[in-house]
Parts: sequence; C-alpha cells; structure tokens
Amino acid sequence: MESYHSLKQLQHQLKQEKYTLKSVVEHYLKQINEQKHLNVFLDVYETEALIKAENLQEKLEAGKPLGKLFGLVIGIKDVLVQKGREVRSASRILEGFESQFSGTAVQRLLDEDAIIIGAQNCDEFAMGSSNENSAYGPTLNATDNSRVPGGSSGASAVAVQAGLCMASLGTDTGGSVRQPAAFCGVVGIKPTYSRVSRYGLIAFASSFDCIGVFSTVIEDNALILEVIAGHDDYDSTVSTEEVPLYAESLQVNKKMKVAYIKETLENEALQTEIKEATVSKLEWLKGQGHQVEEVRFPHLDYVLPTYYILTTAEASTNLSRFDGVRYGYRAPEAYNMESMYKLSRTNGFGEEVKRRIMLGTFVLSASYFDAYYTKAQKVRRIIRDETRNMLSKYDFIVMPTTPSTAFPLGGKRDNPAEMYLEDIFTVQANVSGIPAISIPNGTDAQNLPIGLQIMTDVFKESELYAFADYLMKA
Amino acid sequence: MALDKSIRDKYRVVIGLEVHAQLLTESKFFCSDATVFGASPNTHISPISLGHPGTLPMLNKKAVDYAIKMGLACECSITEENIFARKNYFYPDLPKGYQVTQDKAPICLGGQVWIQAKGESEEKAIALNRIHMEEDAGKSIHTEDATDTLVDYNRAGVPLIEIVTEPDLRSADEAYSFLTEIRKLVRYLEICDGNMEEGSLRCDANVSVMLKDAKEYGSKVEVKNMNSIRNVHRAIEHEAERLIQLVESGEKVISETRDFDAATGTTSSLRTKEELNDYRYFPEPDLSPLIVNQSWVEEVKAQMPALPRELKRKFMEIYKLPEYDAQVLTDNKDFAMYFDAVCQETKNYKAASNWMMGTVKSYLNDKNINCREFPVSPKQLAGLIHLVEDNKVSNTVANQQIFVKMLEIKDADAESIAIEANLIQESSSENIQPIIDEVLSEMADKVKDYKSGRKGLIGLFVGEVMKRSKGKADPKKTNELLKQTLK
Repeated sequence: MESYHSLKQLQHQLKQEKYTLKSVVEHYLKQINEQKHLNVFLDVYETEALIKAENLQEKLEAGKPLGKLFGLVIGIKDVLVQKGREVRSASRILEGFESQFSGTAVQRLLDEDAIIIGAQNCDEFAMGSSNENSAYGPTLNATDNSRVPGGSSGASAVAVQAGLCMASLGTDTGGSVRQPAAFCGVVGIKPTYSRVSRYGLIAFASSFDCIGVFSTVIEDNALILEVIAGHDDYDSTVSTEEVPLYAESLQVNKKMKVAYIKETLENEALQTEIKEATVSKLEWLKGQGHQVEEVRFPHLDYVLPTYYILTTAEASTNLSRFDGVRYGYRAPEAYNMESMYKLSRTNGFGEEVKRRIMLGTFVLSASYFDAYYTKAQKVRRIIRDETRNMLSKYDFIVMPTTPSTAFPLGGKRDNPAEMYLEDIFTVQANVSGIPAISIPNGTDAQNLPIGLQIMTDVFKESELYAFADYLMKA
Repeated sequence: MALDKSIRDKYRVVIGLEVHAQLLTESKFFCSDATVFGASPNTHISPISLGHPGTLPMLNKKAVDYAIKMGLACECSITEENIFARKNYFYPDLPKGYQVTQDKAPICLGGQVWIQAKGESEEKAIALNRIHMEEDAGKSIHTEDATDTLVDYNRAGVPLIEIVTEPDLRSADEAYSFLTEIRKLVRYLEICDGNMEEGSLRCDANVSVMLKDAKEYGSKVEVKNMNSIRNVHRAIEHEAERLIQLVESGEKVISETRDFDAATGTTSSLRTKEELNDYRYFPEPDLSPLIVNQSWVEEVKAQMPALPRELKRKFMEIYKLPEYDAQVLTDNKDFAMYFDAVCQETKNYKAASNWMMGTVKSYLNDKNINCREFPVSPKQLAGLIHLVEDNKVSNTVANQQIFVKMLEIKDADAESIAIEANLIQESSSENIQPIIDEVLSEMADKVKDYKSGRKGLIGLFVGEVMKRSKGKADPKKTNELLKQTLK
C-alpha cells in the first residue's frame, strides 16, 4: 500500500483492485511491529484482523453490499470493551479480565465492516495528560521520542500520528482526545455529551465521559462519528437526537461569527508560538470575511477546580467495583475480607488513580459534600450557561488546544497540579457538554505540533467538522 | 425480665419502621435478568448485574409502576422528577460498590397507612415519611466450616421499595398491625408476595423510649434481622423493656444497630453509630432524572384494585355485615373478591359471609389452597345459598352433602345435585302432615306427657318425623306443624 489519504479514496482503490484489503492490514501490522518502541498497542489482533480482511475481501469480490467503514483499520483505546477480549484500562487491577460483551461504539464499527487492529495504551482509567500513568509503561510521542504524546488517549493519538492505523477511538473526559491530538499533530474530536453511547466505556466520570475519534483527515473522522453516534437501548443517558450524515456536509457556505476568549490568549502559561499560531489563524479568518470578535470568560479560572471536584467524585464511586471480589486482580496475600479490599485496591491501582479516588471520596463525604460537590455542581451550571450563551451569539469559539506543546517524559510527573493545568483549555467543553475538536495548527520552533481547538454548541458536529475542514485546508 | 407495669407505664415507646418489599417484576431493576426466588446460585446474572466494567443501568419501568401503586394505596404524593442516587459502601454482595437508590427525591412522599391494633376499637393513621425505590444486593452465604464466604448474585439488582414511617408507632402491637397491613396491601396490589420468611418483605425497627412528659425523643436503637411479623413484635417488646431498664438504672442509651436472635428473643449490638458508614450519597450520573408525569400516575391509578380498607367499608355499609365479618373477609384479596362475586348473585349477604367464613374457609385451609384454586364458582355457591334460603334443603344437607358433591363435579348446579340425590326437603304441609299424624298416633304416651307440660318432647317428635321423611322434611315447617297439631 502507498501512502494513506482518506477512507473514501482507499475504498475506491480497493474496489479498483489496486491492492487487497489483506495487504492493507499487513501494511499496518508491519508498521506496528516496526514501531514497537512507541509502546502504542497493548494487544494486536493480528490473526483476527487478517481473517476479517480476507472475509471482507470476499464480500467485496462477491459484489455484496459493503459497510460504511469498509477498509477502515482502526485501533481502540484500552477502556472500550470488546467481547471475548482482554481489557485493562491500563490498570493492574483488571489483570486477566476478559469482557463478555462489546460496547455499542465498538459493535457499530464492526457492523459497518471496520477492522479493529488492537487495543491501545492510555493513562490508567483515562486519568492523566501524558500517558505516563499506565501500568504498561508510557507511550512515546512519534515526533520526538523523548516527549509525551499527551493523555489520556495518548497511544490512540500516536497510532494515527505514526501511521500504525488509520484512525482510533479514544475517550475524552477533560481533554483526553483533544490534548493528545494537539501534541501529536492529528485531528481529534470530543462530540456533544450523550451523542455517543457510553455502553462499553469503562467509566471514569460518567457525566463527562465521551467517546471521541482520532484521524488524519476530517472526512474520516466525520464518517466514523456518524457510525458510532446515536440512540442506544443500553445507555439511558444517550441522546435520541437524530444523527446527521456529517461526512456529507463538509462545506462552509457562509460567513461565520467566531469568538476568541481573551483569557485564553492572555493566559501566562501559554507558549508564545502557540499564541502566534492561534492569532494568525484568527487573522486569516478575518481576511476571509468572517466576523472575529474577542469575548470575556472571567470564569475560566473556575473551570479546572469544578472539573476536578466533580470528576474525582464520580470516579471515586465508579471505581468501587474494582474490589478483587468478582474479577480482575485480587491480592494473593489477603487474609480476610478487609485486607482483600485494602490490599487488592492498594496494589491494583496506580498512584494517580488512588489520588483521585481519595479526592473524590473526600468531596463526597458527609461533612464536605455541600462545600465541594454541591458548590461545584452550581458552578458547573454557571459555566455551562455562560458558554452556551456565548455560543448563542457566535457560531464557534476558537482557542489553543493546550498551553504548551508536548513536554518531556517525566517532566510533570512529580507535580500533579501542574499536570492538571494541561487541561485548562479543554475542560470547558466537558463541563459544558458541548462538542469540540482539535486540529493541527503548525509546529513550534522545536518542530512539535501545535493544536487549534474549535468549540460549538451542542449537536452541531456537522458545522464543527465543516469549519474545521475549512480551517485545515486554509 | 418482665418489667413492673407501674414502671413501664411511665414511659412512651416510640417506634419507626423501615420496610423493604421485593417487587414482583419479571426482570431486575436495571437489566433483563430474571427475578426468581430459590434458583441455583448465580444462574440469573449478567455483566450488568455483576457490575462488569462498561455496563450501564437501564430502568425497568414496571418497578416504577409498582412503586407508584404502593404510593397511591398509601395516599402519598407522587414525585414528578425522580433522581436516583448512589449509596456507596463496600461489601462482596454489592457488585458495583454502590447501591442505586433514591435519596433526596424519592418516588413517594408523605402518606399514611391505617391500622387497628389488637384490642383497639378505633383505627389509627400511621404517617409515612417516604417510599423510595432501590436495587437489592446479592446474598452472602457463610459456610459453617470453611474460611470462605460464597456469594449468590441472583438477588443483586432485584427492585425493592423501602417504606419508611414517621416515628408514629407506640407499641409492638401497633407495629405488628402495621406490618400486617403493609403485607396485606402489597399482596392486594400484587407487587410483592409479602413473604417475610423468604425475605421478600423485610423490616428494621427503630425503637426509643421517653418519659411520658418528656419533650424530646430518647436515643434510638435500630433492630435488624427479624424474619417474621411475630418476631418484629417480640424484638420490639424486648427492646422497649431493655431500654426502659437502662434508663431506669440511670444508664445512657447508645445509638446503635442491634441484631435480633429469634432463638432467645433477645438483641445484641452489631455496631455503634461511630462505626457507621458514610454512604456518600450523590446523584447517580448513569441514569437521567425519571419524569413521572400526571398521565403516568393516572394510568397506574386505572389499574388499581379495590383495597382492603375500601372493601371492608363496602362490606359493612352495603352488605350490612358486622365488622368482624368484614375484617375476616378482607384479610385476603382473592377471598374478598370471591365473596364480592358471590354477593353479585345473592342478596343474602350474611348467609354468604357465613358460608365463606365457615365451610369455604375451612376447606381452603384444609387443602392449603388459595381461593383462586377453589373449584366452586361464586355463582354455584350462590345457588347453594338460595337453596337453603328457599328452604329446599337444610343447612346440614347443604354443607355435608351438596357442597361435597359440588367440589367433585365441575360446574354442577346445587339444585340439580339436590334433586338428583333426592335431597330437596319437604316443606308442604300436605306431605308432612300425614307423617306427623302417623308419628303422634304411635307415640300417644309421649303426646300425653307433652300436653301435661314436657314441652321438650317436641324435639323427639321432630326427630322422628325427619327420620321417617328420610331427612327431607323441612325441620322448621315440621316444628311449626307439630306445634299446631299438638295444641
């Protein structure tokens, strides 16, 4: 296989018999094998992927109708369950656990003839911004192997960056798709909360978690999202709103109203080159006749605390089920019930996960519940209302995805608070439930990718994709 | 440790109950696993009920219907916006490490249940605080010798309602009566089988004592593990006396949870308040708020059966039955409905009531069957009652001969049985008089005695006439004719 451009093009080539689907899969298996040092895949489904490629090839040759994602070779973050396959959430505590069912998004990929090539490393239980919190070791940024790929869906971003597969499914609770997408120079979307069923997604923070998509081109991304999105009988919180054909409406036909938030561009942590790259994109938009205006968002400082209080609260109880009783890791040295719980959870979870469970347990405790949880819920409402209000006046909000480009491995590991600041621009979308996308926006002086984030109002993914595509082609 | 009555009378016993009723839905609260009692361990489980990673709850609306039914039966207000909550604690039989329940927005608020305790002439309303929905946990099975505990998750996720009273109950008798009433209600509504021995109805009691003139409640103790209504009564009796004795001897009552031991009838401390869990309740983010609008409530209302209290009133007011009859007839729904059906066929309500409370009830008890399995239809029974009422057969014949035949022959009509077996009694004087004349002439001595004052001999004459008529002579008519003849 020559270089990959887009799924539609590949499908065309496969139909013209330029190459077989098996050779495509073999190409990716070879890439995965050659770039093992990046530590992207925890499992590679080599045999099954090849068999599926042959079956689909036969289907093509027999002239049978093909699924929308025919030919797609995709990787799955290790927090999405697949029937009969191990899933770990990059944690020791799920050691040896095999899922008895496939999550809705995964099943929909398979139903549309995608080939799942393997399970991708990540931060343990999707908690982290560097992919260093994995029980299976860090994943390396393919641009500079001494740097992190971002997190928590770091490996899913690197997989696309390094050409190990065409696309990945990740999850985004506070920026876990967009931040690594920015660090790796790929496209990553976090759709509207409730747009994609969470059934089969190992929960971190239920009211924030979203399954998102990584790709190199917008069109692929849009096609995958339209397949996985929509109503599901197994998730009562998923939206019944109809799913448009995103990939078929990638045109910008009018002049847009674009806002940028003063507090983001003036943030003192913002790397100069990122600021310049963002401003230059805004200038370009102005030049094209779009209306670009500065807006204020004084509550930006409250976004992170709100996010950390609520997500750790939810996480502390979502992770209670990992107790060594029914599945996964149970401390062999446990001698009674209490020690079984304590030792299994102490040894099974990593440091960051334990830190967040303790934080969450604290904010939910009877004496502090109102001071933290209840207050954070109120602030969440204020942030959401202000953001939605902004989006009622503007089509899009544009800002940098991250304050800095990829940082060195180990650089922030000892300072969790500094690590949490990585999410400063991305959490607003999760707190508000709106969709947001990160697209590549050039590189810094060290040739590291810069990301540009675009946010829009709920369920406007069509418009978001079209505008992102327009900006990427600028 | 019987307490002196004069001491006991100084105190008021204050009781609040928390009653869990397992709902009779076909599937669990949040997944499609079947809910079957007594199945082999871990045969009704799934990734969802086991809390496997990635699973999410899907609400069983039937359980909500049932909770609304109970709320309507207890005159509660039904909450429109229902929020589910997580109650967090670790235990091996709790798969997710939290129980999905309701905290600040339960499905039913307020309400009351009418009781009439033993020896009381008046009904009393027991106020409810709330009724909320929640999921059950699995069952831990502690084996006798082994160090391991086994867990059966069949019950994990089965829907429950928890009925919480205000501290309105004042005696073990009232608690007994309240539980009996709740059991009757859930059975009438067919939302729970009400079986305390099997644990489908469970009760915890909060008990405290206070001097009668005291302004504040005493410290309360929660008693658990009482697996029958009688044991709830015993446990409260015991606990009330224990608390009074503590207070009398000047000791402080500790707020604690106590375990009832049915073998000894006593309680022992399980844990004190300081050791209590902080359950860290918070809104369940995996379930959207459940909106129960007026039309949903109306739909459930339309399916409500008549309730025992309404039926009792109807039986007393419309059928003019004594309170005792009405009470006995409404203890069981099927029995009450059967009786009501009989009353659509006959106007002799008291006779129908007597039949139900006597012959029918003892038959059902003997066979240990439900009224639904009773082979005689209300219409048939009414036919039998008519036969007696029209003096065509005596009560004894109806009971001992016709009723017995009706049990054997399906759909048999009482009158046809009576005719076929030649059991229709003779009540015309033309036919009875010749027998009377015959008897009297043969027993001239006795007639003489009778006429000289031994009026008791009438029984002898009646017996003889009956005998000669082979039981067919109407005893009442015979008695009447005899008296006339002997004048």
